[in-house]
Amino acid sequence: MTVIYNREDKIFRGVVTGGALTSLLVLGLIGLFLFMRGAQIFSDKGIQFITGTNWTAGSGDGVIPDDFSIGAMLVGTVVVSLIALVIAVPLAIGGALYLEFYAPRRIRGALATLLDLAASIPSLIFGLWGIQVFTSFGERWAILINNWLGWIPIFSVEFENFGRSPFIAGCVLGSLIVPITTSVAREVYSRTPRDLVDTCYALGGSKWGAIRSVVIPYGKSGVIGGAMLGLGRALGETVAVYLLLNLVFSYNFRILESEGGNVASLIATKFGEATEYELKALVAAGFVLFLLTLVVNMTATTIVQKSTPRA
Amino acid sequence: MSTSTTPETVTEVQPQTPWSTPRAAQAKSGTTLLLSALVAAVIVLFTGVAGVDGWAITFMGLSLVVALLRTAKTGSKERKDALMRVVITAAAVAAFTPWLSIFGSVLLKGWPGIRINFFTQDMRTTVPDDFLEYGGAIHAIVGSLLMVLIASAITLPLGILSGVYLTEVRGRLTFLVRFVVQSMSGVPSIVAGLFIYTTWVTATESFSAFAGALALAVLMLPTVARTAEEVLKLVPEDLRAAGYALGARQWRTAFMVVIPTVRSGLTTAAILGVARVIGETAPLLLTSLSNTALRFHPFDGPIASLPTYVFGYLQIGTEYAIARAWSGSLVLLVIVFILFTLARRFGGKDKR
Repeated sequence: MTVIYNREDKIFRGVVTGGALTSLLVLGLIGLFLFMRGAQIFSDKGIQFITGTNWTAGSGDGVIPDDFSIGAMLVGTVVVSLIALVIAVPLAIGGALYLEFYAPRRIRGALATLLDLAASIPSLIFGLWGIQVFTSFGERWAILINNWLGWIPIFSVEFENFGRSPFIAGCVLGSLIVPITTSVAREVYSRTPRDLVDTCYALGGSKWGAIRSVVIPYGKSGVIGGAMLGLGRALGETVAVYLLLNLVFSYNFRILESEGGNVASLIATKFGEATEYELKALVAAGFVLFLLTLVVNMTATTIVQKSTPRA
Repeated sequence: MSTSTTPETVTEVQPQTPWSTPRAAQAKSGTTLLLSALVAAVIVLFTGVAGVDGWAITFMGLSLVVALLRTAKTGSKERKDALMRVVITAAAVAAFTPWLSIFGSVLLKGWPGIRINFFTQDMRTTVPDDFLEYGGAIHAIVGSLLMVLIASAITLPLGILSGVYLTEVRGRLTFLVRFVVQSMSGVPSIVAGLFIYTTWVTATESFSAFAGALALAVLMLPTVARTAEEVLKLVPEDLRAAGYALGARQWRTAFMVVIPTVRSGLTTAAILGVARVIGETAPLLLTSLSNTALRFHPFDGPIASLPTYVFGYLQIGTEYAIARAWSGSLVLLVIVFILFTLARRFGGKDKR
C-alpha cells in the first residue's frame, strides 16, 4: 500500500523526524566537540595518553613539562566497576528471583516499589552514605579479607589504611547499580513462559529445579544485558567515586589499598584549577570515557533488545 | 454441579487453599527463625564476630544449617531447594539493605537541620559551620528548580517529537532513533557537563543556570523520549483510524487525537525525566558551579543547586556543614519521591 501525504503532512513528518533526530545530533556533537577540543592532546601524546600513569601539570616555563595521561585512571575505572559488578550481579539475580518467585504476595508490591524508589536515589546520596555510614563496615570487612586472604596479591596492602579503597568504592557502586540490574533481570524473569515453569513442577521438580532449568537459562541474555547497563553506569560514575576514593596516579590492582581513582572523578577533581592545556587533557579524557561507555551501552542495548522482544 | 441447586440451598463456601503452608508449619518455621536469630545474637555477643553485619552473616549460616537438618531425611532435590531458598532470600536481603540504610540515615541525620530557616534563608551571611538555626538552602532549592524547569522546557517537546516519530510517523529511521535514545541514556553525566562546558560555557564565557540546564537536558532527553514512546504506544489503533475516517490529516490526528489521549502519560514522562536529573551533581560542577546567595537569573553567573549544595558542604567536612549536607539530601530525596509518586498517579490514569 502506498500512502500519499499532502504538503501539510509532509511538513509534519519532516518536523517530527527532525525532532526525533535531535538525540542523534546531540550524541554526534558530544563526540565531535570533545574530540576536537582534545585533539591536540591525542596528537601530542599519541597512544601514551591511555597507557601512561602521569598527571603532572607543568610549571609553565618549561622546566617541568606538562605530562598528562590517564592509564592509571582507566585501570582504576575498570577495577572499581568490576568490583561493583561482581558484588551487584549475584545480589541482583537473587533479588529478582526473590521478587518473582519467593516473596510473599503481601510484601511483593512493597518491595517492587522500594526497588523503583532505589533506582531513583541520586548517586550523590549513595556517595554521602558511603563515606559517612558504610565506610566503617567496609573497613572492617577489608581488614578481615586482608587477614585471611592477604596472601593473594590483589588482597594485599602496602599501608594498613583501609579507608577510601577501590574495594569500598566498589561496594557502594555495587549497591548503586543493583536497582537497574535487578529491574532488568526481574523483567526478563517475569517473561518466562508460565507453562514451562508449570511443566517443571508437573514433572515433580522443586522450585529451585524450575528456576535452574527454565528461568535462569531463559533470562540469561537479559541478565547479561542488565549487568552491562549497570557496568555502563559504574564506568561513568563521578561523585560517588570522587567521595570514596583517594586519587592516586599509579596502576593499582591491590583493591584494599587506599588509592585509585577513575576517569570521571579525575575530571571533577582537576577541573577547578586546570590550566588551558590541562583542560584539553581533561576533555580528551572525557572523550575516551564517552567512547568506552558508548560501546558498553550499545552492546547492552543490543543484548537487552534481542532478549526482550518488544510487544 | 447438579441442576437441583436452588438459591436457598447454596451455602457460603469458604475459599480453600490446600497448597498453602499450614498454620502449624508456619508457626514452626517462624519459631526456628526467631531461635536462629537469638542464637546468632548470642554468638555475636560472646565471640569475635562483631556488628550488625556479623550478626546477619551468622544468622544466614544458621539458617543454612537449619535447612540442612530439616531436609536430612529427604532426597537431594529437596535439600538443594531448601538451601537455595535461604541463599536467594539472603541475596535479596543483602540487595535491599543498603537502600533501607540510605533512607534511614538520610532521614535520621537530615532531620535536625530541617527548620523553617532551612527553607527561607540562603547562606550569604552564614558561615558553613554556624549553628543550624542560621542559614538555609532556599538558594539551592530555587536554583535546582530553575534549572530543572529550563531543562524540561527544552526536552519535553523534543522527547514528545521523538515518541511521535516512533509511534505515528514510523519512518525508516525507527530502529536508529530507538537505538540512539537508548545509547544516549548511558552517557556519563560528567561527559554531558564537559560537553556543555566546551560549547556553551566557553562560548558565553560564563557559568550559568542555563548552562546547567542544558547539561541536564542532555541527560533528561533519553528518559523523556523513551517514556513518551511507551505511553504513545498505549493509544489504541482505533482512535487513529477514527481520526483518519473523519478526514483528519495525520498531523491533526496526532496533535488533536493521539497526544491529548495520553496527556497524563506525557506528564509522567516529564516527571520521570525531572526525577532522573534533579540529583545530578557532576554536570553542574562544570556548568553552573555553586553560589551562596539566592539568585533567579538564568544567564548571569554561577548559581546554587541542591546537589552542589550537598556536595560542597560535605567537602567542608565540619560538624554542622555535614549536617547541612544531610538535610540537603533529605530535601532532595523527598523531592525525588514526591515526583515519583506523582508519576505513578498520572501514569495510572491512562491505563484504561
